[in-house]
Amino acid sequence: MSIFKRNPDPIGPLDYSRRFSLRFTVGLTLFFLYAPIVGLIVFSFNDSRRNVVWRGFTTDYYVKLFNNDALMLAFGNSLTIALFTTLFSTVLGALTAYVLWRYRFPGKAIYEGGMAMPIVIPEICMGVAMMVFFARIGWPSGMIWPFNLSAITIAHIAFSFPFAAIVIRARLESFNPELAECARDLGASEFQVFRDVVIPHMKPGLIAGALLAFTLSLDDFVITFFTSGPDTVTFPVKIYSMVRFSVTPEVNAASTVLILLTLVVTAFALRMQNRNNMLGSSGH
Amino acid sequence: MENWKRSAQAFFAAFTPPTFWLVAFFIVPLSLIWLYSFSMKTGVTDITLNWNLHQYARALEPLYLGIFWKSILMAAATTAICLVVAFPVAIAIVFSKPTMRMWLLLLVILPFWTNLLIRTYALIAVLRTNGFINGGLGWLVEKGDWLLSLVGLGDNTIIGPFEPLSLLYNNTAVVFGLVYVSLPFMVLPLYAALDRLDRSYLEASLDLGAGHFRTFFSIVVPLALPGIASGIVITFIPAMGSYLTPDLLGGTDSQMIANVIADQFKQANNWPFGAALSFLLMYATFFALAVRAVLMRKEGRGDVK
Amino acid sequence: MSDTATAPATGEPIIRIENVSKIFGGTVKAVDEVNLEVQRGEFFALLGPSGCGKTTLLRMLAGFEVPTHGQVIIDGHDMSTVAPNKRPINMVFQSYAVFPHMSVEQNVAYGLKMDRCPAKEIRERVAEALDLVKLGSLGKRMPDEMSGGQRQRVALARALVKRPSVLLLDEPLSALDAKLREAMQLELVRLQKTVGITFVIVTHDQSEALSMADRIAVMNAGTVQQVAAPTTLYEAPANRFVADFIGKINMIEGDAMKAGEGEVTVTAPGIGEVTLAGSETGKVALAVRPEKIFVADNEPADPNVIKVKGKVGEVAYFGSYSNVFFDIGLAQPLQADISNVTTDVEEITFTAGEEYWVYWRKADTLVLSG
Repeated sequence: MSIFKRNPDPIGPLDYSRRFSLRFTVGLTLFFLYAPIVGLIVFSFNDSRRNVVWRGFTTDYYVKLFNNDALMLAFGNSLTIALFTTLFSTVLGALTAYVLWRYRFPGKAIYEGGMAMPIVIPEICMGVAMMVFFARIGWPSGMIWPFNLSAITIAHIAFSFPFAAIVIRARLESFNPELAECARDLGASEFQVFRDVVIPHMKPGLIAGALLAFTLSLDDFVITFFTSGPDTVTFPVKIYSMVRFSVTPEVNAASTVLILLTLVVTAFALRMQNRNNMLGSSGH
Repeated sequence: MENWKRSAQAFFAAFTPPTFWLVAFFIVPLSLIWLYSFSMKTGVTDITLNWNLHQYARALEPLYLGIFWKSILMAAATTAICLVVAFPVAIAIVFSKPTMRMWLLLLVILPFWTNLLIRTYALIAVLRTNGFINGGLGWLVEKGDWLLSLVGLGDNTIIGPFEPLSLLYNNTAVVFGLVYVSLPFMVLPLYAALDRLDRSYLEASLDLGAGHFRTFFSIVVPLALPGIASGIVITFIPAMGSYLTPDLLGGTDSQMIANVIADQFKQANNWPFGAALSFLLMYATFFALAVRAVLMRKEGRGDVK
Repeated sequence: MSDTATAPATGEPIIRIENVSKIFGGTVKAVDEVNLEVQRGEFFALLGPSGCGKTTLLRMLAGFEVPTHGQVIIDGHDMSTVAPNKRPINMVFQSYAVFPHMSVEQNVAYGLKMDRCPAKEIRERVAEALDLVKLGSLGKRMPDEMSGGQRQRVALARALVKRPSVLLLDEPLSALDAKLREAMQLELVRLQKTVGITFVIVTHDQSEALSMADRIAVMNAGTVQQVAAPTTLYEAPANRFVADFIGKINMIEGDAMKAGEGEVTVTAPGIGEVTLAGSETGKVALAVRPEKIFVADNEPADPNVIKVKGKVGEVAYFGSYSNVFFDIGLAQPLQADISNVTTDVEEITFTAGEEYWVYWRKADTLVLSG
């Protein structure tokens, strides 16, 4: 990257990206975006509770983190919820995408609008609706693990699968319908076509959709906050209660773990998406 | 695309599960609070549906109208700041070399994927009384005073002693936090709009004697208007409905509408009123989305090559 | 290589390009040490295959690229680093770049507004410019209500209304269909003669350049190969590239030795030794245009021709002429465009395998190096 290397070529009138003022703005913006996060990560290794002056490197807080049973339980809850959410969201998202991509049916525009609703309405509205819903229908609480997480999981699936549907549908748009017709011509049934031709093409989209659902579920705070009870605390909800209490290196360490996890999943998703695009362009 | 009737069985096999989920776990819950919004609280846990607009009337009382207005103002301020910051960033990204462009885009999107709660928490560490900003300023004052003591003006005769600024728990902190979490929302649509913009329009404008600022305001802004509108709307909507940022960064007087809604469902335990407020927030959201849809349709028409 | 002897106009050139190079990203040499002069009032074409640097050169004239080395002098002033909005030059873009959010009139008036012309003058000049490009009645239209050809006229009017000292046109006809393109070629020439402004056009289409331009600079790989009038380019190309790029040509590889003042003796397989006008020595190509080749049943007696025996290969009939390939025992067959001057079908029919004497005048033979 040539940010610091001098480029001998004179700056042309439209080389905006090479102007100092714009570079400075971009640099400042990126600093604004990243400095707090980097600070948070760095100070999770700081050997001081005061958290503002560097006192030396330590991994104590990570050790404390892993010995904190309540936090570990919350982490386990979060992963369990995310896993089930991913599974259901991918299947439901794929079916939605397939229906919208494949069929014409009356009221389709309204149906599409309905599917987009969980994405666009404010989280708080969905959160309170879910809270009221589970309270009102008397969803059993106090079930044994992992069934006590069912309410949260159901809510997570409800807002995640429309996102997955969008990603998977984008992938389907690059599908050449002649392939399906060809398979039918060669004697495959509707289901066989779906299984042998459509699903393999959808695969990168399915993976991207699954990863998206996973991060959405793992990251969600607001909706979870309204559907969780005292015995069903998730990682973000736990961090929230710690944050309310005070800024401590333990919270930094816990946050760092979550950031790392999302980063890995994101990197994986981006790689999938890249391959997705490549396949998409060559498959046309 | 084919008519669903031609393979009704396959259609229903795929159509039923997601539709069931959407109806049972989204439409029904929403309908439930929609019904609540026309109800009255008649006891500690008793709620009676009586189809009157009492809750909505209460929501229009000055106190709550004020909070709505405040939410709109905070979201508007956030959107305006994001627009001003994001425009140069989007321009710089669009005019970068392709590899650089990919990295810059990734850098802008990445915080997006980081937990909202964590990002907000990170800001607390920056802004609080003994946070990074105050710590940095305190250090500067201390060192400055030391420098001045070399010429006999030390011991806080001119500057200091340092009083930490109260940067947290006020409206400014909320807007700051909202800008921090919303910025990628603004950069992406602006980037997309500028990327679609044929560069020869800019060159033609320069060629005809316009400077860079004239070109920006008379060519770039009008042509990127749908993208700008889109960016404004998709920054504004989540900002207006945000719960976590005012909750963690705001003071007692920086409550936004989402915090009031949460209060009604948690502490105040007045579900019907909270339901009415929720629906008012949702209607505002739909209105903003409708504005965006109209502007996007305009883009489809004006996009000539 | 530049050959400015045939310049038709007189006086100080309006554009002087001196040792101009453009290197992108420190490695890609788009334009390499180019020297060029464009005379006041002429219709000048930059011609070359895609990627030859012609567009980069044009963009340096407009000011969108800054030369890495060298100077661009316009009307006696060094403009190398002057911003595009401060140059007395206007451009018609390949995509026309007619602002879609402005009416035709607003588009044409845009440049004058930037010059802070009084409103009355703007109105008059816009009307005049629209009349000039025959769009007088369409001033209120929006660009998306117009055809591609009309939008191009808007782009022309928008540039000409500023009365630039040079008008640049970047592949102006490439987006038009074949019929419109021919009409527009004539129109551009008419327009240029009417307004008397120097036109510099970039094109990859040789017929466009040949039919419109007073002079053409042929470019390849960032360098100027030859600058000359269309007839000179075709009849006396400076090197193999120009000969090959413009029109069809036969080339026979050979070796040349100096034979006398302005004469060389070329030895080539199948032809033997011939002495021709020329100065290039070493590895050369004997080149001859297909339409300059004749065919005879018997060996021609004229000593001033080069003759070989050839066997008819592929034949393509084009009505007014036939394009016939003759196998003369070399790797490349010799192609000849034989004029179909009689109505006797028998006589103008060539059958594969037939043997003829194929010949052309020594005076029509070019000795090319490079």
